Amino acid sequence: MTFASMAFGSMTFALALEIVLAAVVLTGAVWAIAARETLPAVAGFVAYGLLLSLVWVHLGAPDVALTEAAIGSGLTGALLVGAAARLRLSEVPMAVEHPGVILRMPAAVLSVTVAAALAASVLLLPDPAPTLAPSAAENAAATSLGNPVTNVLMAFRAMDTLLEKIVLLLALIGVWSLAPDRFWGGRPGPRHYADPQGVLAFVARVLPPVGIIVGIYILWTSADHPGGAFQGGTILAAMWLLVMMAGLTDAPPVGERRLRLLLLAGPVVFLVIGLSGLAFGDAFLAYPMAYAKPLILAIEFAMILTIAVTLGLLVAGPPEREPGS
Amino acid sequence: MSAATVFGLCAAVAVGLGLYGVITNPQPLRKVLAFNLIGSGVFTFFGVVARRGAAAGFGGDPIPQALVITGIVVAFSATALAIALLLRLFQATGSATLRADASTSAGSHPSKL
Amino acid sequence: MSFVLDIVTIIAVSAGAFFFLAGTVGLLRFPDTLTRLHALTKADNLGLGLMVLGLLPHAGSLRDGIKLICVWLIVLLAGATVSQLIGYVARREGSRP
Repeated sequence: MTFASMAFGSMTFALALEIVLAAVVLTGAVWAIAARETLPAVAGFVAYGLLLSLVWVHLGAPDVALTEAAIGSGLTGALLVGAAARLRLSEVPMAVEHPGVILRMPAAVLSVTVAAALAASVLLLPDPAPTLAPSAAENAAATSLGNPVTNVLMAFRAMDTLLEKIVLLLALIGVWSLAPDRFWGGRPGPRHYADPQGVLAFVARVLPPVGIIVGIYILWTSADHPGGAFQGGTILAAMWLLVMMAGLTDAPPVGERRLRLLLLAGPVVFLVIGLSGLAFGDAFLAYPMAYAKPLILAIEFAMILTIAVTLGLLVAGPPEREPGS
Repeated sequence: MSAATVFGLCAAVAVGLGLYGVITNPQPLRKVLAFNLIGSGVFTFFGVVARRGAAAGFGGDPIPQALVITGIVVAFSATALAIALLLRLFQATGSATLRADASTSAGSHPSKL
Repeated sequence: MSFVLDIVTIIAVSAGAFFFLAGTVGLLRFPDTLTRLHALTKADNLGLGLMVLGLLPHAGSLRDGIKLICVWLIVLLAGATVSQLIGYVARREGSRP
Protein backbone atom coordinates (compact mmCIF):
# COMPACT_ATOMS: atom_id res chain seq x y z
CA MET A 1 0.00 0.00 0.00
CA THR A 2 1.57 3.26 -1.06
CA PHE A 3 1.70 6.17 1.31
CA ALA A 4 -0.67 8.15 -0.90
CA SER A 5 -3.40 5.55 -0.81
CA MET A 6 -2.83 5.05 2.89
CA ALA A 7 -3.13 8.77 3.51
CA PHE A 8 -5.95 9.68 1.19
CA GLY A 9 -7.73 6.39 0.71
CA SER A 10 -10.33 7.09 3.34
CA MET A 11 -10.50 10.84 2.95
CA THR A 12 -13.82 12.13 4.08
CA PHE A 13 -15.07 15.67 4.40
CA ALA A 14 -14.64 15.56 8.16
CA LEU A 15 -11.05 14.44 7.77
CA ALA A 16 -10.37 17.24 5.29
CA LEU A 17 -11.73 19.75 7.80
CA GLU A 18 -9.53 18.30 10.50
CA ILE A 19 -6.48 18.62 8.27
CA VAL A 20 -7.38 22.26 7.68
CA LEU A 21 -7.77 22.77 11.44
CA ALA A 22 -4.37 21.20 12.10
CA ALA A 23 -2.83 23.45 9.42
CA VAL A 24 -4.32 26.60 10.98
CA VAL A 25 -3.12 25.50 14.44
CA LEU A 26 0.39 25.09 13.07
CA THR A 27 0.20 28.52 11.43
CA GLY A 28 -0.52 29.99 14.86
CA ALA A 29 2.42 28.07 16.32
CA VAL A 30 4.79 29.26 13.58
CA TRP A 31 3.62 32.83 14.16
CA ALA A 32 4.25 32.50 17.90
CA ILE A 33 7.84 31.42 17.24
CA ALA A 34 8.74 33.54 14.25
CA ALA A 35 7.14 36.92 14.99
CA ARG A 36 9.66 39.69 15.45
CA GLU A 37 8.09 41.49 18.36
CA THR A 38 6.81 39.86 21.52
CA LEU A 39 3.23 41.12 21.62
CA PRO A 40 2.35 39.72 18.18
CA ALA A 41 4.00 36.44 19.21
CA VAL A 42 1.82 36.29 22.33
CA ALA A 43 -1.24 37.05 20.21
CA GLY A 44 -0.29 34.15 17.94
CA PHE A 45 0.13 31.92 20.97
CA VAL A 46 -3.32 32.79 22.34
CA ALA A 47 -4.88 32.10 18.92
CA TYR A 48 -2.96 28.81 18.79
CA GLY A 49 -4.31 27.84 22.21
CA LEU A 50 -7.93 28.61 21.32
CA LEU A 51 -7.68 26.62 18.10
CA LEU A 52 -6.02 23.83 20.04
CA SER A 53 -9.10 23.59 22.25
CA LEU A 54 -11.06 22.93 19.04
CA VAL A 55 -8.59 20.12 18.37
CA TRP A 56 -9.36 18.74 21.81
CA VAL A 57 -13.08 18.74 21.01
CA HIS A 58 -12.31 16.75 17.87
CA LEU A 59 -10.30 14.33 19.99
CA GLY A 60 -13.40 13.70 22.07
CA ALA A 61 -12.14 15.40 25.24
CA PRO A 62 -14.43 18.36 26.07
CA ASP A 63 -13.14 18.69 29.64
CA VAL A 64 -9.60 19.13 28.39
CA ALA A 65 -10.83 21.56 25.72
CA LEU A 66 -12.35 23.71 28.47
CA THR A 67 -9.13 23.58 30.48
CA GLU A 68 -6.93 24.40 27.49
CA ALA A 69 -9.09 27.37 26.48
CA ALA A 70 -9.34 28.73 30.02
CA ILE A 71 -5.92 28.08 31.53
CA GLY A 72 -3.69 27.12 28.60
CA SER A 73 -4.46 30.09 26.40
CA GLY A 74 -6.57 32.42 28.53
CA LEU A 75 -4.69 32.81 31.79
CA THR A 76 -1.29 32.06 30.25
CA GLY A 77 -2.01 34.66 27.58
CA ALA A 78 -2.91 37.24 30.22
CA LEU A 79 0.30 36.46 32.10
CA LEU A 80 2.43 36.71 28.94
CA VAL A 81 0.82 39.97 27.76
CA GLY A 82 1.39 41.55 31.17
CA ALA A 83 5.02 40.45 31.16
CA ALA A 84 5.54 41.56 27.55
CA ALA A 85 4.17 45.00 28.35
CA ARG A 86 6.49 45.36 31.33
CA LEU A 87 9.51 44.13 29.41
CA ARG A 88 8.90 46.31 26.39
CA LEU A 89 11.68 48.68 27.39
CA SER A 90 14.20 45.87 27.20
CA GLU A 91 13.18 44.66 23.77
CA VAL A 92 15.21 47.07 21.71
CA PRO A 93 18.58 46.27 23.24
CA MET A 94 17.86 42.56 23.10
CA ALA A 95 16.84 42.54 19.48
CA VAL A 96 20.51 43.06 18.75
CA GLU A 97 21.22 39.60 20.11
CA HIS A 98 20.19 37.86 16.93
CA PRO A 99 21.42 34.29 16.86
CA GLY A 100 23.61 33.50 13.91
CA VAL A 101 23.47 30.62 11.50
CA ILE A 102 25.90 28.70 13.71
CA LEU A 103 23.14 28.33 16.28
CA ARG A 104 20.18 28.10 13.93
CA MET A 105 21.33 25.19 11.75
CA PRO A 106 21.98 22.64 14.52
CA ALA A 107 18.84 23.83 16.32
CA ALA A 108 16.80 23.30 13.17
CA VAL A 109 18.32 19.86 12.65
CA LEU A 110 17.61 18.89 16.25
CA SER A 111 14.02 20.17 16.07
CA VAL A 112 13.32 18.35 12.83
CA THR A 113 14.78 15.14 14.29
CA VAL A 114 12.66 15.37 17.42
CA ALA A 115 9.52 16.17 15.42
CA ALA A 116 10.21 13.30 13.03
CA ALA A 117 10.74 10.89 15.92
CA LEU A 118 7.44 11.94 17.49
CA ALA A 119 5.65 11.72 14.15
CA ALA A 120 7.04 8.23 13.60
CA SER A 121 5.85 7.15 17.03
CA VAL A 122 2.38 8.53 16.21
CA LEU A 123 2.27 6.50 13.04
CA LEU A 124 3.60 3.41 14.81
CA LEU A 125 1.17 3.48 17.75
CA PRO A 126 -0.05 -0.06 18.44
CA ASP A 127 -3.30 -1.19 16.86
CA PRO A 128 -5.61 -2.13 18.64
CA ALA A 129 -4.77 0.63 21.08
CA PRO A 130 -4.29 -0.29 24.73
CA THR A 131 -6.82 1.45 26.89
CA LEU A 132 -7.95 1.75 30.48
CA ALA A 133 -11.48 2.80 29.52
CA PRO A 134 -13.09 -0.56 30.33
CA SER A 135 -11.70 -0.58 33.89
CA ALA A 136 -12.77 3.05 34.30
CA ALA A 137 -16.27 2.06 33.19
CA GLU A 138 -16.34 -0.99 35.47
CA ASN A 139 -15.46 0.97 38.57
CA ALA A 140 -17.67 3.95 37.78
CA ALA A 141 -20.35 2.55 40.05
CA ALA A 142 -18.14 3.27 43.04
CA THR A 143 -18.92 6.99 42.90
CA SER A 144 -22.11 7.20 40.80
CA LEU A 145 -20.65 10.13 38.86
CA GLY A 146 -21.60 10.32 35.21
CA ASN A 147 -18.53 12.12 33.89
CA PRO A 148 -15.67 9.60 33.58
CA VAL A 149 -12.97 12.27 33.67
CA THR A 150 -14.28 13.67 36.95
CA ASN A 151 -14.35 10.11 38.23
CA VAL A 152 -10.70 9.68 37.38
CA LEU A 153 -9.67 13.09 38.74
CA MET A 154 -11.55 12.91 42.01
CA ALA A 155 -11.76 9.21 42.78
CA PHE A 156 -9.33 6.96 40.94
CA ARG A 157 -6.41 9.40 40.79
CA ALA A 158 -7.43 11.65 43.66
CA MET A 159 -3.87 11.56 44.95
CA ASP A 160 -2.71 13.31 41.75
CA THR A 161 -5.30 16.04 42.20
CA LEU A 162 -4.33 16.56 45.82
CA LEU A 163 -0.67 16.87 44.93
CA GLU A 164 -1.57 19.20 42.06
CA LYS A 165 -3.25 21.54 44.54
CA ILE A 166 -0.09 21.51 46.61
CA VAL A 167 2.02 22.22 43.52
CA LEU A 168 -0.14 25.27 42.85
CA LEU A 169 0.46 26.48 46.39
CA LEU A 170 4.20 25.89 46.10
CA ALA A 171 4.29 27.89 42.87
CA LEU A 172 2.43 30.71 44.61
CA ILE A 173 4.87 30.68 47.53
CA GLY A 174 7.69 30.74 44.97
CA VAL A 175 6.18 33.77 43.26
CA TRP A 176 5.68 35.58 46.57
CA SER A 177 9.21 34.87 47.72
CA LEU A 178 10.52 36.88 44.76
CA ALA A 179 9.31 40.12 46.32
CA PRO A 180 11.88 42.41 47.93
CA ASP A 181 11.93 42.05 51.70
CA ARG A 182 10.21 45.33 52.41
CA PHE A 183 7.19 44.31 50.30
CA TRP A 184 6.66 40.91 51.94
CA GLY A 185 3.01 40.54 52.88
CA GLY A 186 1.97 43.51 50.79
CA ARG A 187 -0.41 43.88 47.88
CA PRO A 188 0.53 42.40 44.50
CA GLY A 189 0.68 44.59 41.45
CA PRO A 190 0.16 48.32 41.12
CA ARG A 191 -3.09 49.99 42.10
CA HIS A 192 -5.18 50.00 38.97
CA TYR A 193 -7.34 52.96 38.12
CA ALA A 194 -10.03 53.10 35.49
CA ASP A 195 -12.51 55.81 34.66
CA PRO A 196 -15.58 54.97 36.77
CA GLN A 197 -17.78 56.07 33.88
CA GLY A 198 -15.74 54.20 31.34
CA VAL A 199 -16.19 50.97 29.47
CA LEU A 200 -13.85 48.85 31.60
CA ALA A 201 -15.60 49.75 34.85
CA PHE A 202 -18.94 49.04 33.18
CA VAL A 203 -17.90 45.58 32.03
CA ALA A 204 -16.31 44.86 35.42
CA ARG A 205 -19.70 45.50 36.96
CA VAL A 206 -21.80 43.62 34.40
CA LEU A 207 -19.74 40.54 33.60
CA PRO A 208 -18.67 39.14 37.01
CA PRO A 209 -22.17 38.10 38.16
CA VAL A 210 -22.59 36.19 34.91
CA GLY A 211 -19.08 34.78 35.20
CA ILE A 212 -19.58 33.62 38.76
CA ILE A 213 -22.76 31.79 37.83
CA VAL A 214 -21.06 30.19 34.83
CA GLY A 215 -18.05 29.16 36.91
CA ILE A 216 -20.09 27.57 39.66
CA TYR A 217 -22.32 25.93 37.07
CA ILE A 218 -19.31 24.37 35.36
CA LEU A 219 -18.27 22.93 38.72
CA TRP A 220 -21.76 21.71 39.57
CA THR A 221 -22.37 20.07 36.24
CA SER A 222 -19.00 18.31 36.19
CA ALA A 223 -20.58 15.39 38.03
CA ASP A 224 -22.33 14.19 34.89
CA HIS A 225 -21.33 16.52 32.05
CA PRO A 226 -18.07 18.03 30.84
CA GLY A 227 -16.71 20.52 33.31
CA GLY A 228 -14.68 20.49 36.47
CA ALA A 229 -13.37 22.40 39.42
CA PHE A 230 -10.33 23.72 37.55
CA GLN A 231 -12.29 25.15 34.66
CA GLY A 232 -14.87 26.76 36.96
CA GLY A 233 -12.16 28.06 39.26
CA THR A 234 -10.37 29.67 36.32
CA ILE A 235 -13.50 31.57 35.35
CA LEU A 236 -13.91 32.81 38.92
CA ALA A 237 -10.25 33.85 38.97
CA ALA A 238 -10.72 35.69 35.66
CA MET A 239 -13.69 37.61 37.03
CA TRP A 240 -11.67 38.57 40.09
CA LEU A 241 -8.78 39.75 37.93
CA LEU A 242 -11.20 41.77 35.79
CA VAL A 243 -12.59 43.52 38.85
CA MET A 244 -9.06 44.21 40.12
CA MET A 245 -7.88 45.55 36.76
CA ALA A 246 -10.84 47.90 36.54
CA GLY A 247 -9.87 49.35 39.87
CA LEU A 248 -13.18 48.47 41.49
CA THR A 249 -11.33 46.61 44.20
CA ASP A 250 -7.72 46.46 45.21
CA ALA A 251 -5.64 43.32 45.40
CA PRO A 252 -5.63 41.98 48.94
CA PRO A 253 -2.38 42.04 50.92
CA VAL A 254 -0.88 38.58 50.64
CA GLY A 255 -0.23 38.44 54.36
CA GLU A 256 -3.93 38.72 55.13
CA ARG A 257 -5.18 35.86 57.26
CA ARG A 258 -8.50 35.44 55.47
CA LEU A 259 -6.74 35.12 52.14
CA ARG A 260 -4.36 32.50 53.44
CA LEU A 261 -7.25 30.51 54.95
CA LEU A 262 -8.96 30.51 51.55
CA LEU A 263 -5.74 29.28 49.96
CA LEU A 264 -5.52 26.44 52.43
CA ALA A 265 -9.19 25.48 52.31
CA GLY A 266 -8.93 23.22 49.26
CA PRO A 267 -5.91 21.10 50.17
CA VAL A 268 -6.90 20.90 53.84
CA VAL A 269 -10.44 19.67 53.14
CA PHE A 270 -9.02 17.21 50.64
CA LEU A 271 -6.44 16.00 53.13
CA VAL A 272 -8.92 15.70 55.99
CA ILE A 273 -11.34 13.67 53.91
CA GLY A 274 -8.47 11.54 52.67
CA LEU A 275 -7.21 10.85 56.16
CA SER A 276 -10.71 10.04 57.36
CA GLY A 277 -10.79 7.52 54.54
CA LEU A 278 -7.74 6.01 56.20
CA ALA A 279 -9.38 6.06 59.62
CA PHE A 280 -12.89 4.89 58.76
CA GLY A 281 -12.41 3.12 55.44
CA ASP A 282 -9.94 1.03 53.55
CA ALA A 283 -7.16 3.39 52.60
CA PHE A 284 -6.07 6.99 52.21
CA LEU A 285 -8.58 8.81 49.97
CA ALA A 286 -10.94 5.82 49.89
CA TYR A 287 -14.50 7.14 49.85
CA PRO A 288 -17.19 4.96 51.46
CA MET A 289 -19.59 4.08 48.65
CA ALA A 290 -22.65 5.57 50.28
CA TYR A 291 -21.05 8.98 50.83
CA ALA A 292 -18.81 9.14 47.79
CA LYS A 293 -20.75 11.77 45.84
CA PRO A 294 -21.35 14.22 48.74
CA LEU A 295 -17.72 13.90 49.84
CA ILE A 296 -16.48 14.57 46.34
CA LEU A 297 -18.77 17.58 46.05
CA ALA A 298 -17.50 18.94 49.37
CA ILE A 299 -13.92 18.57 48.21
CA GLU A 300 -14.70 20.21 44.89
CA PHE A 301 -16.39 23.22 46.46
CA ALA A 302 -13.42 23.82 48.71
CA MET A 303 -11.15 23.25 45.74
CA ILE A 304 -12.83 25.78 43.48
CA LEU A 305 -12.36 28.54 46.05
CA THR A 306 -8.70 27.75 46.47
CA ILE A 307 -8.12 27.36 42.74
CA ALA A 308 -9.79 30.68 41.98
CA VAL A 309 -7.73 32.56 44.57
CA THR A 310 -4.47 30.78 43.70
CA LEU A 311 -4.76 31.31 39.94
CA GLY A 312 -5.73 34.94 40.44
CA LEU A 313 -2.76 35.56 42.71
CA LEU A 314 -0.38 33.74 40.35
CA VAL A 315 -1.37 36.14 37.57
CA ALA A 316 -1.26 39.16 39.90
CA GLY A 317 2.35 38.37 40.78
CA PRO A 318 4.60 39.08 43.74
CA PRO A 319 3.77 41.88 46.17
CA GLU A 320 4.84 45.30 44.93
CA ARG A 321 3.51 47.55 47.63
CA GLU A 322 4.32 47.70 51.29
CA PRO A 323 1.89 46.04 53.66
CA GLY A 324 -0.25 48.54 55.43
CA SER A 325 -0.34 50.88 52.42
CA MET B 1 -5.15 8.20 8.37
CA SER B 2 -7.67 9.07 11.01
CA ALA B 3 -8.38 12.29 12.84
CA ALA B 4 -6.22 11.21 15.74
CA THR B 5 -3.25 10.60 13.46
CA VAL B 6 -3.61 14.03 11.83
CA PHE B 7 -3.58 15.73 15.19
CA GLY B 8 -0.72 13.54 16.36
CA LEU B 9 1.41 14.74 13.46
CA CYS B 10 0.32 18.31 14.26
CA ALA B 11 1.48 17.78 17.84
CA ALA B 12 4.86 16.45 16.65
CA VAL B 13 5.40 19.55 14.50
CA ALA B 14 4.36 21.81 17.40
CA VAL B 15 6.95 20.16 19.66
CA GLY B 16 9.62 20.62 16.99
CA LEU B 17 8.68 24.28 16.52
CA GLY B 18 8.72 24.86 20.26
CA LEU B 19 12.13 23.25 20.61
CA TYR B 20 13.50 25.46 17.83
CA GLY B 21 12.03 28.51 19.54
CA VAL B 22 13.52 27.64 22.91
CA ILE B 23 17.00 27.23 21.45
CA THR B 24 17.15 30.14 19.05
CA ASN B 25 15.12 32.95 20.61
CA PRO B 26 17.41 35.15 22.69
CA GLN B 27 14.67 36.68 24.85
CA PRO B 28 13.67 34.64 27.91
CA LEU B 29 10.01 35.58 27.53
CA ARG B 30 9.99 34.09 24.03
CA LYS B 31 11.70 31.00 25.42
CA VAL B 32 8.92 30.61 28.00
CA LEU B 33 6.37 30.97 25.22
CA ALA B 34 8.12 28.33 23.10
CA PHE B 35 8.33 26.05 26.12
CA ASN B 36 4.57 26.32 26.50
CA LEU B 37 4.32 25.30 22.87
CA ILE B 38 6.33 22.15 23.58
CA GLY B 39 4.09 21.41 26.55
CA SER B 40 0.85 21.77 24.62
CA GLY B 41 2.25 19.58 21.84
CA VAL B 42 3.04 16.81 24.32
CA PHE B 43 -0.46 17.16 25.83
CA THR B 44 -2.00 16.84 22.39
CA PHE B 45 0.03 13.67 21.96
CA PHE B 46 -1.60 12.36 25.14
CA GLY B 47 -4.94 13.31 23.63
CA VAL B 48 -4.21 11.26 20.54
CA VAL B 49 -3.45 8.23 22.70
CA ALA B 50 -6.66 8.88 24.65
CA ARG B 51 -8.71 9.14 21.48
CA ARG B 52 -7.36 5.87 20.18
CA GLY B 53 -8.27 4.25 23.48
CA ALA B 54 -11.97 4.88 22.98
CA ALA B 55 -13.83 1.87 24.35
CA ALA B 56 -16.58 0.81 26.73
CA GLY B 57 -18.96 3.49 25.47
CA PHE B 58 -16.63 6.43 26.11
CA GLY B 59 -15.43 8.75 23.37
CA GLY B 60 -11.90 8.48 24.66
CA ASP B 61 -9.82 6.91 27.41
CA PRO B 62 -10.48 9.12 30.45
CA ILE B 63 -7.21 8.49 32.29
CA PRO B 64 -4.89 10.31 29.84
CA GLN B 65 -7.44 13.12 29.66
CA ALA B 66 -7.35 13.56 33.43
CA LEU B 67 -3.54 13.49 33.36
CA VAL B 68 -3.54 16.23 30.73
CA ILE B 69 -5.87 18.42 32.79
CA THR B 70 -3.47 18.10 35.70
CA GLY B 71 -0.58 18.78 33.34
CA ILE B 72 -2.09 21.97 31.93
CA VAL B 73 -2.60 23.40 35.42
CA VAL B 74 0.92 22.50 36.52
CA ALA B 75 2.37 23.93 33.29
CA PHE B 76 0.55 27.18 33.97
CA SER B 77 1.92 27.42 37.51
CA ALA B 78 5.43 26.76 36.20
CA THR B 79 4.95 29.51 33.60
CA ALA B 80 3.73 31.90 36.28
CA LEU B 81 6.83 31.21 38.39
CA ALA B 82 9.09 31.62 35.34
CA ILE B 83 7.48 34.96 34.45
CA ALA B 84 7.82 36.18 38.03
CA LEU B 85 11.52 35.25 38.00
CA LEU B 86 11.97 37.03 34.68
CA LEU B 87 10.29 40.21 35.87
CA ARG B 88 12.33 40.18 39.06
CA LEU B 89 15.53 39.78 37.02
CA PHE B 90 14.44 42.75 34.94
CA GLN B 91 13.75 44.80 38.06
CA ALA B 92 17.03 43.89 39.69
CA THR B 93 19.40 44.27 36.75
CA GLY B 94 17.54 46.47 34.30
CA SER B 95 17.72 44.02 31.44
CA ALA B 96 15.91 40.73 30.97
CA THR B 97 18.66 38.79 29.33
CA LEU B 98 20.35 35.57 30.36
CA ARG B 99 23.74 36.53 29.00
CA ALA B 100 26.32 36.63 31.77
CA ASP B 101 28.22 39.58 30.33
CA ALA B 102 25.23 41.86 29.79
CA SER B 103 25.87 45.37 31.03
CA THR B 104 23.53 46.46 33.78
CA SER B 105 23.43 50.01 32.52
CA ALA B 106 21.45 49.02 29.44
CA GLY B 107 17.73 49.59 29.48
CA SER B 108 15.83 51.17 32.32
CA HIS B 109 16.78 51.87 35.91
CA PRO B 110 17.13 48.89 38.22
CA SER B 111 14.41 48.28 40.81
CA LYS B 112 12.09 50.63 39.01
CA LEU B 113 8.48 49.68 39.54
CA MET C 1 -39.89 21.04 7.47
CA SER C 2 -36.46 19.88 8.50
CA PHE C 3 -35.33 20.46 4.91
CA VAL C 4 -36.32 24.12 5.21
CA LEU C 5 -34.47 24.33 8.54
CA ASP C 6 -31.37 22.86 6.93
CA ILE C 7 -31.53 25.44 4.13
CA VAL C 8 -31.88 28.23 6.67
CA THR C 9 -28.89 26.88 8.60
CA ILE C 10 -26.71 26.62 5.53
CA ILE C 11 -27.58 30.11 4.32
CA ALA C 12 -27.15 31.75 7.72
CA VAL C 13 -23.87 30.01 8.55
CA SER C 14 -22.47 30.77 5.11
CA ALA C 15 -23.43 34.42 5.46
CA GLY C 16 -21.79 34.47 8.89
CA ALA C 17 -18.65 32.93 7.42
CA PHE C 18 -18.64 35.57 4.72
CA PHE C 19 -18.71 38.33 7.34
CA PHE C 20 -15.87 36.65 9.21
CA LEU C 21 -13.90 36.57 5.98
CA ALA C 22 -14.66 40.23 5.35
CA GLY C 23 -13.55 41.11 8.87
CA THR C 24 -10.30 39.21 8.47
CA VAL C 25 -9.58 40.85 5.10
CA GLY C 26 -10.19 44.20 6.75
CA LEU C 27 -7.85 43.30 9.61
CA LEU C 28 -5.08 42.45 7.19
CA ARG C 29 -5.58 45.24 4.66
CA PHE C 30 -6.65 48.34 6.55
CA PRO C 31 -3.94 50.90 7.27
CA ASP C 32 -4.29 51.68 10.94
CA THR C 33 -5.68 50.44 14.24
CA LEU C 34 -9.01 52.26 14.28
CA THR C 35 -10.09 51.08 10.85
CA ARG C 36 -9.03 47.55 11.68
CA LEU C 37 -11.16 47.62 14.81
CA HIS C 38 -14.07 48.75 12.67
CA ALA C 39 -13.61 45.74 10.42
CA LEU C 40 -13.35 43.33 13.33
CA THR C 41 -16.59 44.45 14.92
CA LYS C 42 -18.41 43.45 11.75
CA ALA C 43 -17.06 39.94 12.16
CA ASP C 44 -18.08 39.92 15.81
CA ASN C 45 -21.62 41.25 15.55
CA LEU C 46 -22.86 40.13 12.18
CA GLY C 47 -20.69 37.10 11.58
CA LEU C 48 -21.17 35.40 14.91
CA GLY C 49 -24.79 36.53 15.13
CA LEU C 50 -25.67 34.99 11.77
CA MET C 51 -23.88 31.78 12.69
CA VAL C 52 -25.77 31.55 15.99
CA LEU C 53 -28.99 32.27 14.14
CA GLY C 54 -28.19 29.49 11.72
CA LEU C 55 -27.42 27.01 14.49
CA LEU C 56 -30.55 27.78 16.51
CA PRO C 57 -32.86 25.45 14.52
CA HIS C 58 -30.47 22.60 15.30
CA ALA C 59 -30.02 23.36 18.98
CA GLY C 60 -31.12 20.40 21.09
CA SER C 61 -33.59 22.25 23.28
CA LEU C 62 -34.77 25.71 24.23
CA ARG C 63 -32.10 25.83 26.93
CA ASP C 64 -29.34 25.10 24.43
CA GLY C 65 -30.70 27.79 22.12
CA ILE C 66 -30.66 30.34 24.94
CA LYS C 67 -27.10 29.29 25.77
CA LEU C 68 -26.07 29.96 22.15
CA ILE C 69 -27.63 33.42 22.25
CA CYS C 70 -25.93 34.15 25.59
CA VAL C 71 -22.59 33.16 24.06
CA TRP C 72 -23.19 35.67 21.26
CA LEU C 73 -24.17 38.42 23.71
CA ILE C 74 -21.11 37.87 25.91
CA VAL C 75 -18.83 37.90 22.86
CA LEU C 76 -20.48 41.16 21.78
CA LEU C 77 -19.89 42.68 25.21
CA ALA C 78 -16.27 41.56 25.36
CA GLY C 79 -15.56 42.63 21.77
CA ALA C 80 -17.12 46.05 22.23
CA THR C 81 -15.23 46.68 25.46
CA VAL C 82 -11.87 45.65 24.08
CA SER C 83 -12.43 47.63 20.87
CA GLN C 84 -13.20 50.78 22.83
CA LEU C 85 -10.16 50.31 25.07
CA ILE C 86 -7.83 49.65 22.15
CA GLY C 87 -9.30 52.56 20.21
CA TYR C 88 -8.78 54.90 23.15
CA VAL C 89 -5.16 53.91 23.53
CA ALA C 90 -4.60 54.01 19.76
CA ARG C 91 -5.93 57.53 19.49
CA ARG C 92 -3.92 58.64 22.49
CA GLU C 93 -0.70 57.29 21.02
CA GLY C 94 -1.35 58.75 17.59
CA SER C 95 -2.48 55.46 16.11
CA ARG C 96 0.86 53.74 16.39
CA PRO C 97 -0.21 50.24 15.30
